[in-house]
Amino acid sequence: MIEFSLWDILRNLLLALRWTAALSLVAFIGGGLTGALLLYARLAGGRVTDRLIGLYVQLFQGTPLLMQLFLAYFGIALFGIDVSAWTAAALALTLYTSAFLTEIWRGCVASVPKGQWEASSSLALSFVEQMRYVILPQATRVAIAPTVGFLVQVIKGTALASVIGFVELTKAGTMISNTTFKPFTVFGFVALLYFALCFPVSLTARYLERKTYGPRH
Amino acid sequence: MRIQLDFAAVLSQWPLLLNGIAWTIALTTVATLIGMLLGILCAQMRAKGPVAVRFGVGAYIELIRNTPFIVQLFFIFFGLPVAGVRLSPETAAFIAIVLNLGAYAAEIVRAGVEATPRGQIEAAVSLALTPFQVFTRVVLPPALKKVWPATVSQIVIVMLGSSVCGQISVPELSYAANLIQSNNFRAFESFIVAALLYLALSVVLRKFLNWAGPRLLFGR
Repeated sequence: MIEFSLWDILRNLLLALRWTAALSLVAFIGGGLTGALLLYARLAGGRVTDRLIGLYVQLFQGTPLLMQLFLAYFGIALFGIDVSAWTAAALALTLYTSAFLTEIWRGCVASVPKGQWEASSSLALSFVEQMRYVILPQATRVAIAPTVGFLVQVIKGTALASVIGFVELTKAGTMISNTTFKPFTVFGFVALLYFALCFPVSLTARYLERKTYGPRH
Repeated sequence: MRIQLDFAAVLSQWPLLLNGIAWTIALTTVATLIGMLLGILCAQMRAKGPVAVRFGVGAYIELIRNTPFIVQLFFIFFGLPVAGVRLSPETAAFIAIVLNLGAYAAEIVRAGVEATPRGQIEAAVSLALTPFQVFTRVVLPPALKKVWPATVSQIVIVMLGSSVCGQISVPELSYAANLIQSNNFRAFESFIVAALLYLALSVVLRKFLNWAGPRLLFGR
């Protein structure tokens, strides 16, 4: 049997951390783009579009991410496509992220006073111009902090991809702990690595929040 | 190609699903009751305790909030036996889920408590209420009322997150779905049914908490 030193464990976990980071980035960027498209459709479209996207959001917010991952994994396979754990995880996390981000951003757009919409349409701005010059600049300011905050949820969410067999940090932890019989050390390290990844993001979100809304009290 | 779905094969296993739902509800209930108490306690200790306690509680809250629930669960279930604490899957799940909600609840409750006007506390003190009375009668009810929507959302998130407990073979809903699909190979149908049951649970739970909060905790 090969003896694992502490450094071996940490080194292997750090290698797996790359995949956690990659999956988080893919989900966050893909989800952000999809979320933005959905937001646009929701603002520009009629009531039916609004209801449909509302349903989409509720579907993803009301079911566990774990079920979404399983459904993506077994759902794509149903079409006879051989799907890798990476593809299924990236797809499920992207859709999950898009549902949450589009809802967060919708709230930010709704926080722009109604008068701004009225004033800009009385200036004969088209919908796109209204969004571009009046609404989005104000909504973005409010949106940055909760968006960064949600990134933490995405990073933590990628841990569930381990369940469908994608080898990221958590799965690597399980595998190493099974070979070394040191679950305490291994999962301790895994937790600390997630913490090292998420805590700075949390702090940034908190800092941005304070900057947006000014000091409390 | 044709895709044939067979939901009857899954629904015929309803006793398993029902048992799973019962476990999911049990996990959520315990998490809510004990986790909220823990959260309130931690919020208070973080605000009023000695420096060492404040730091300890702060570290607990940040550690839980910045690591995935599944890792917390694995650490408690697989990691702690090495340190001499051997737990059944169910006990480990209950401990993990309580600790998880406790940390989130602490931050939510703190926000509500911080928003209490000073004058109310001064008035309560001048009426000779003990610090404990001031907190439970004057500070806490309006604080909970303010943060109840956030609390309800967090409890729903914890309920959905409890699906992870199936990974250490706690027989909750997602575990039931997994068991069914490993028996009849109807994976997609099993997880669709489970997902819809979770959706229904989350809608009902949200409704129930919105109803129960004002009646049981802080008055209308």
